[in-house]
Amino acid sequence: MSIEQMILIFASIVAAATPLAFAAFGELVTERAGVLNLGVEGMMLMGAVAGFAVASQSGSLTLGFGAGLLAGLAMSLIFAVLTLHLQTNQVATGLALTLFGAGLSAFIGKSYVGLSLQGLQPISIPYLTDIPLIGRLIFHFDWVVYGSFVLLFGLIWFFKYSRWGLVVRAVGESPVSAHAIGYPVIRIRYLAILFGGAMSGIAGAYLSLAITPMWVEGMTSGRGWIALALVVFATWKPIRVMVGAYLFGGVTILQFYGQGMGVHIPSEILSMLPYLVTIVVLVLISRNPKTILLNQPMSLGQSFYPRT
Amino acid sequence: MNPPISSKFPRLELVGITKAYPSVIANQDVNLIVRPGEIHAVLGENGAGKSTLMKIIYGVTKPDSGSVLWDNREVLIESPAQARKIGIGMVFQHFSLFETLTVAENISLALDSAVSPAKLAQRIKEVSHEYGLPIDPHRLIHSMSVGERQRVEIVRCLLNAPRLLIMDEPTSVLTPQAVLKLFETLRRLASEGCSILYISHKLDEIRTLCDKATILRGGRVTGTAIPSQESHESLAQLMIGRNLPECQMAAKIPAETRLKIQHLNLSTIDPFGVTLKNINLEVRAGEMVGIAGISGNGQKELLAALSGEQPMSKGLTTEICGTPADTLSSSQRRSLGLRFIPEERLGRGAVPSMSLRLNALLTSSEGDGLVKHGLISYPDVRSFAQYVIAQFNVKCGGDGALANSLSGGNLQKFIVGREILLAPKVMIVAQPTWGVDVGAAQLIRQALIDLRNQDVAVLVVSEELEELFMICDRIAVIADGRLSPAVPASQTSVEKIGLWMSGEFNDVHAEEVSHA
Repeated sequence: MSIEQMILIFASIVAAATPLAFAAFGELVTERAGVLNLGVEGMMLMGAVAGFAVASQSGSLTLGFGAGLLAGLAMSLIFAVLTLHLQTNQVATGLALTLFGAGLSAFIGKSYVGLSLQGLQPISIPYLTDIPLIGRLIFHFDWVVYGSFVLLFGLIWFFKYSRWGLVVRAVGESPVSAHAIGYPVIRIRYLAILFGGAMSGIAGAYLSLAITPMWVEGMTSGRGWIALALVVFATWKPIRVMVGAYLFGGVTILQFYGQGMGVHIPSEILSMLPYLVTIVVLVLISRNPKTILLNQPMSLGQSFYPRT
Repeated sequence: MNPPISSKFPRLELVGITKAYPSVIANQDVNLIVRPGEIHAVLGENGAGKSTLMKIIYGVTKPDSGSVLWDNREVLIESPAQARKIGIGMVFQHFSLFETLTVAENISLALDSAVSPAKLAQRIKEVSHEYGLPIDPHRLIHSMSVGERQRVEIVRCLLNAPRLLIMDEPTSVLTPQAVLKLFETLRRLASEGCSILYISHKLDEIRTLCDKATILRGGRVTGTAIPSQESHESLAQLMIGRNLPECQMAAKIPAETRLKIQHLNLSTIDPFGVTLKNINLEVRAGEMVGIAGISGNGQKELLAALSGEQPMSKGLTTEICGTPADTLSSSQRRSLGLRFIPEERLGRGAVPSMSLRLNALLTSSEGDGLVKHGLISYPDVRSFAQYVIAQFNVKCGGDGALANSLSGGNLQKFIVGREILLAPKVMIVAQPTWGVDVGAAQLIRQALIDLRNQDVAVLVVSEELEELFMICDRIAVIADGRLSPAVPASQTSVEKIGLWMSGEFNDVHAEEVSHA
């Protein structure tokens, strides 16, 4: 295998991991505030179709990503109004949101099937990209990839050092106590849900604008669910979410190459490998019940309505 | 020298506060005056409207009508943040702390301006030492005892330099020694000019601590008093509107051992749980044994092990009526004659959304005649439920009423009645009178004493020392998963039990000694 080929494989792994990281980071913030939004898959699909539609109409990928973000945001707004104001059950509402997103994205995307466009290109960083080997390996990605790392360190900082990160954790642990000492629980949960939606939207748009620059119905193929699982198995820690995303991306790409090189394992088995490996590894690294109990937002999935 | 202007006016004055919830009027036309540096008691039974009134002062709840005067100026307190800003601090009955955060993080959440973590930790240390409430700012809350958590709550208020401190039932979780310590702190605060609103239903505490008292009953003010000039009885009279009935208990010689635990060790995987260490206990027929201790010291784990909810491996540690019971499930234990009344009434003692009738059926076993040939005999179930309701004076809408439609006290009476009338041989009760009004509490205690007089072995786990001394033959203390020897109530004192509650006892087999 040539060096060129290895760089290619590495780039594909990064590309496969990035949307998962975005969606999972968004869901992590939502869940830290005590809200379980199972609609990630639906929000990603809406982000993908909106991103592709706007990008192919306007010719601007930036506008496309913007549209993807807004579509995810709008979907999560529906979820927020239903669960926070109308007190609907979070699990049922999230499932409904996924079904709704799948249907609506298929409907909107009908006239875009079969079209393709120029996908998102890596940016060259002066001097750094020119370093032999290493430059091409780690300084030759598109801005969304760099964005995912900014997001990773931003979230670590946010939850560890910032006051508002503390407030979000407090709301997720005990909305009743947070309300009693005077924090606007509903407003904080709103913001957390909307952040989750926006990140899912970007994740979806990355699929249809960067990885495979076209629209196919149901093109997320379960990545939203994997993102959800990542958050739980990573015990709500950003760094573990990132590790999980790269693990998933890695196995996905490697099994592709395995299929290409004619490994004698049925392709169906190879295709399910990434899902299996990611979950098994994450369960192994976080099986300590103490870690789970200490990091799990205690009010996860429970409705809260302030009594005045 | 003239006194400062502020002392001419009350610090806080409530005029005609009314607050109604859909099913109940929590406060009706309540007036209250608190002066600077005064420790003012708000006295009343559970459900008298004390907590609602405090929430109104702290801005958590909005009153329907009435006004709040602060330093003689009318204010509208719309949020806890605003209450803190004008100088009101509150220590909640059910703590508003976050278990997975550190002390410093918890405190910073309640401060209205951001302070750097290092500076905050320093200030926490300073303030906590100044008031004799030492706490380590970097510890996680879940690793702390309830008493330590209360310190955190108090220090959190003190950092905001309050001019009025509201304490909601602060002593319900403290050892008698810790209560004295708390009183010192409160007196010191009052002498510095801070007013204190002290919410409680414990009459003796109010008599020793408070300068003045306002008494609430059914949401209305029924009177004010100077507690030090009142007797226990006269305050009780004001609080419940009639005289307290007394429990009757005669000496009795216990018979054979009905419940026995030897060398019980049980570890827990729950990071908030307690590991049980070498527990030894024996309860005999016709004897009432009490287990005192501050909640969170292993009561939950011990009760789960006794009731059969916590599976145990075979090791001959538990015997019920002479039968080895280690591996028996809760229903198998019930058929040996064990009855268990848990602390949580809704959800564990009763199914909230089921009728009393069906709840009456839940804990019965084969021999009780409610199930015949594998089928429920509804006429028998109904008459059993009606019998329980009549015997224990349960106020409800008949045997078809849903369990969650009853008040806590009435539901407890129903559950206690159900278990007692199912002819127990061994009865285990957790917090029998928690959240129950004084009158009903006496009725429940008397029912337990009657049970003991009928040669049942009774084990009571309670946080209320007074109660244990009132009804128990022997008292043991649980602290940090260890159980003290059970000593005759007549040979010990509140002070000694209080010391034991902080873990200062030798768990040698003094039990045999005390029997001799």
